[in-house]
Amino acid sequence: MGLLSIAIWLPIAFGTLLLALGRDQNAGVARALALAGAVLSFGVTIPLVTGFNATTAAMQFVEKMTWIERFNMHYHLGVDGLSVWFVPLTAFITVIVVLAAWQVIEERVAQYLGAFLILSGLMIGVFAALDGLLFYVFFEATLIPMYIIIGVWGGPNRVYAAFKFFLYTLLGSLLMLIALVYLYFKSGGSFDILTWHKLPLPLGAQTLLFFAFFAAFSVKVPMWPVHTWLPDAHVEAPTGGSVVLAAIMLKLGAYGFLRFSMPIAPDASREYDWVIIALSLIAVLYIGLVALVQQDMKKLVAYSSIAHMGFVTLGFFIFNPLGMAGGIVQMVSHGFVSAAMFLCIGVLYDRMHSREIASYGGVANTMPKFAAFAVLFAMANCGLPGTAGFVGEWMVILGAVQANFWIGALASTTLIFGAAYTLWMVKRVYFGDVANEHVKALTDINGREFLMLALLAAAVLWMGLHPKPFTDLMNVSVTELLRHVALSKIPA
Amino acid sequence: MTPMNWPVIYPELWLLVMACAVLLADLFSTDPQRKLTFWLTQFSIAVFALLHLQDYQAGVTAYGMGGMVVVDPMGRLLAVFAALSVMVTLGYARPTLESREMLKGEFFMLALFVLLGISVMCSANHFLVVYLGLELMSLSLYALCALRRDHAVSTEAAMKYFVLGALASGFLLYGLSMMYGATGSLEIPRVFEQIATGRINKDVLVFGLVFIVAGLAFKLGAAPFHMWVPDVYQGAPTAVTLLIGAAPKFAAFAITIRLLVEGLLGLAVDWQQMFIVLAVASLAVGNLAAIAQTNLKRMLAYSTIAQMGFIVLGLSPGVVSGNTLSAANAYSSSMFYLVAYVLTTLGTFGLIMFLSRQGFESEEIKDLAGLSQRSPWVAGVMTIFMFSLAGLPPMVGFFAKLAVIQALVTTNVTLYIVLAVAAVMFSLIGAFYYLRVVKVMWFDAPTVSVLSGRTQGVTALLALNGAAVLLFGPFSGGLMAMCRDAIVRALAS
Repeated sequence: MGLLSIAIWLPIAFGTLLLALGRDQNAGVARALALAGAVLSFGVTIPLVTGFNATTAAMQFVEKMTWIERFNMHYHLGVDGLSVWFVPLTAFITVIVVLAAWQVIEERVAQYLGAFLILSGLMIGVFAALDGLLFYVFFEATLIPMYIIIGVWGGPNRVYAAFKFFLYTLLGSLLMLIALVYLYFKSGGSFDILTWHKLPLPLGAQTLLFFAFFAAFSVKVPMWPVHTWLPDAHVEAPTGGSVVLAAIMLKLGAYGFLRFSMPIAPDASREYDWVIIALSLIAVLYIGLVALVQQDMKKLVAYSSIAHMGFVTLGFFIFNPLGMAGGIVQMVSHGFVSAAMFLCIGVLYDRMHSREIASYGGVANTMPKFAAFAVLFAMANCGLPGTAGFVGEWMVILGAVQANFWIGALASTTLIFGAAYTLWMVKRVYFGDVANEHVKALTDINGREFLMLALLAAAVLWMGLHPKPFTDLMNVSVTELLRHVALSKIPA
Repeated sequence: MTPMNWPVIYPELWLLVMACAVLLADLFSTDPQRKLTFWLTQFSIAVFALLHLQDYQAGVTAYGMGGMVVVDPMGRLLAVFAALSVMVTLGYARPTLESREMLKGEFFMLALFVLLGISVMCSANHFLVVYLGLELMSLSLYALCALRRDHAVSTEAAMKYFVLGALASGFLLYGLSMMYGATGSLEIPRVFEQIATGRINKDVLVFGLVFIVAGLAFKLGAAPFHMWVPDVYQGAPTAVTLLIGAAPKFAAFAITIRLLVEGLLGLAVDWQQMFIVLAVASLAVGNLAAIAQTNLKRMLAYSTIAQMGFIVLGLSPGVVSGNTLSAANAYSSSMFYLVAYVLTTLGTFGLIMFLSRQGFESEEIKDLAGLSQRSPWVAGVMTIFMFSLAGLPPMVGFFAKLAVIQALVTTNVTLYIVLAVAAVMFSLIGAFYYLRVVKVMWFDAPTVSVLSGRTQGVTALLALNGAAVLLFGPFSGGLMAMCRDAIVRALAS
């Protein structure tokens, strides 16, 4: 077993064990076991980063075994500079989720934690898979635990949200399945993604493939106008669900663009880059405005996620190193920041059972420690220099200006909108006078909550102040991908 | 004239003898649990399966009874699968039937005759043998369906099944007689040769073909010949529903291959068109009608129709622009789909029986409410089945759908690619009603607090079944290879 296999199957094994624990009488054991599993799983992903050779764009930590002979499928894993960061990120977020659930989830604890650990393994599988079908299996399988998480531990309208989430995503990915089978046929019977990268295809076929992948990944990202499932899912999901959804699951879609759409259909990608750029700008501008008018904190952060993911896809499709690296950095930083934002809302919700901005006011007076964290994360969310949010946005804006001034100019309005909706929310929730009796009765965060927020704060600051390790690992792969995309694959 | 070659039909002879022995043994049994009868039946089927398995592993194709019977790996394999599914069915059925005082010797004897009929169909090489096996199976099933004599719905289902089934048999027989009239032979290989000469009047052939396809569609339960399926599935006692829904599908597949591929491959272009219509109609009717159902068994019946649509779809791209290169790929994808489907069906109906108890049939979808809180294990297993039927990875149902889609797309014919997209879109609709079952089990609060009386044996069987559905997905390589190998040999002979 290679490192990647362990990173995938260790959390799944722990998750299965947790499911076997079943009932709630041993909730304490379940929590301890889940934490042990999550920390251990995070531990095994660290050598992936420390042992990563940043001077090559080739796949590393490769494992390859025959899987199903009839379809020539392989159990083929590996990471390059584009994907390597997401493996530890996923495992890290899972640790945070387990911590966040500690006192909050009282019912069916083992199942809740088990679902998250299994989900974690599956998502790592998506980032590590180099076989098209293996990718698809992991990509689709993530729907099952998330559907259950939203539906069982979610809010009042959870059934609607769970169905919407599931069916929306399924619709997109089924079209991708056809595309994968078509590529299998075109490549003479291979599901190997790296073989597909080299496969020459006429523009017509590339266009069809591009839009089939687009269907799957744009729903997942999500891009305007297929984003409507996200606010529902976020609002109804339990805190942990929102965290994983925003921090990792949305990245699966963005990652798909890098691994499938661009290298497999480079000509179509260049031909239709305007579609993605236009939709990304709509996400940044229009969704930014939508976020501004939200009454519900979770909805606000959900819309802010869509806007930030718009930045990611924008960065990818302006085809220059700054933009693409910026997009990936933005993916990682948004993983930290959105997770932290949702956790902050979770902390408040656990105490007040309300997500309405109007129910709060002056929280900083009663919860000073918590407010300090919350304001830090809010600053990161609007891209303040020195925080993780700044690096990616700045790189994408620079890249966009290089490509086209007006795209850059429009994109940079996010700094205004982002600041507007985030800071306005901060002002109404945390500052001012204590609004009511409930806020007055609030108690500040305990040690566990402090720990999880501090871990994220450390990550946010580290990435903001010293982003070099992040960009160093991805540079060669980004350059290689851009070189690959620039070459035409249309057979002469 | 081929010699009698008796060893070829040893398994069938064994089963025939044992069916009579079981009936006799049961006469002397006073045990209300029918332990002796049950285990004797299971033993007979196990030996029957082993005999078939042995010959399957030998891998030879042999003819017997003067060429009326053929044994090839495909027939053997399908018979083994059918035998296994009957064994599992009986395992699930015993506690339920016992609690309803329906555990009689006749049930076991008739089940054995059903299996015998299936086995005869699997190895038929002659139109009359096909018909013989079909009637043996169907008549036993009609009787089983009416086992609950004092139950109005059950009796109605039996009547409906009988009348429509007889009509279908009539169709098939009529079609076969047209073939006989045109080619002058009832032997499947002779018919194939005659058609290959190209001297036969095509009009007569196609006319007969229509009736044969209609008859087969009845037996498969494909739309628009699906009317009996929901009523029978819902009305029959669940144990019988499972007996109808699982093993006989192997037989229907076997005679489809025997008649249409081994006999009438020369008319493939004609029957493939009909199959496409059947497939699309089944996918549409099955998936759309299933959404509106509140009764779990009825919903599963419509889901079966939709699943049959996939199987029929897999059979349609065998001959593409005159060559049969894709045939093995296409037919084996269908066969694998069938195995995956039966495996899942066994589990779902087994689970319904498991949940039902004295005087309470757990048949409505809402009866499952909050199952995950009452018994998380059972809910987990049912969730696996539902996601498998919906075609979500890593369950076996996904790989089955993948096989069919792959068979369609690799033809590189626009029509088939469009069909693949359509099939996939219908499975999105399908996902909705499977998800609803999952929703009821996991998201809703329990309405019934009483736990069902459980039996250790059935619990173990269910767990095994769930594990099989989950693990045969990622580890389906061997099974797929078996199906492919069997089909390749059947095509070669």
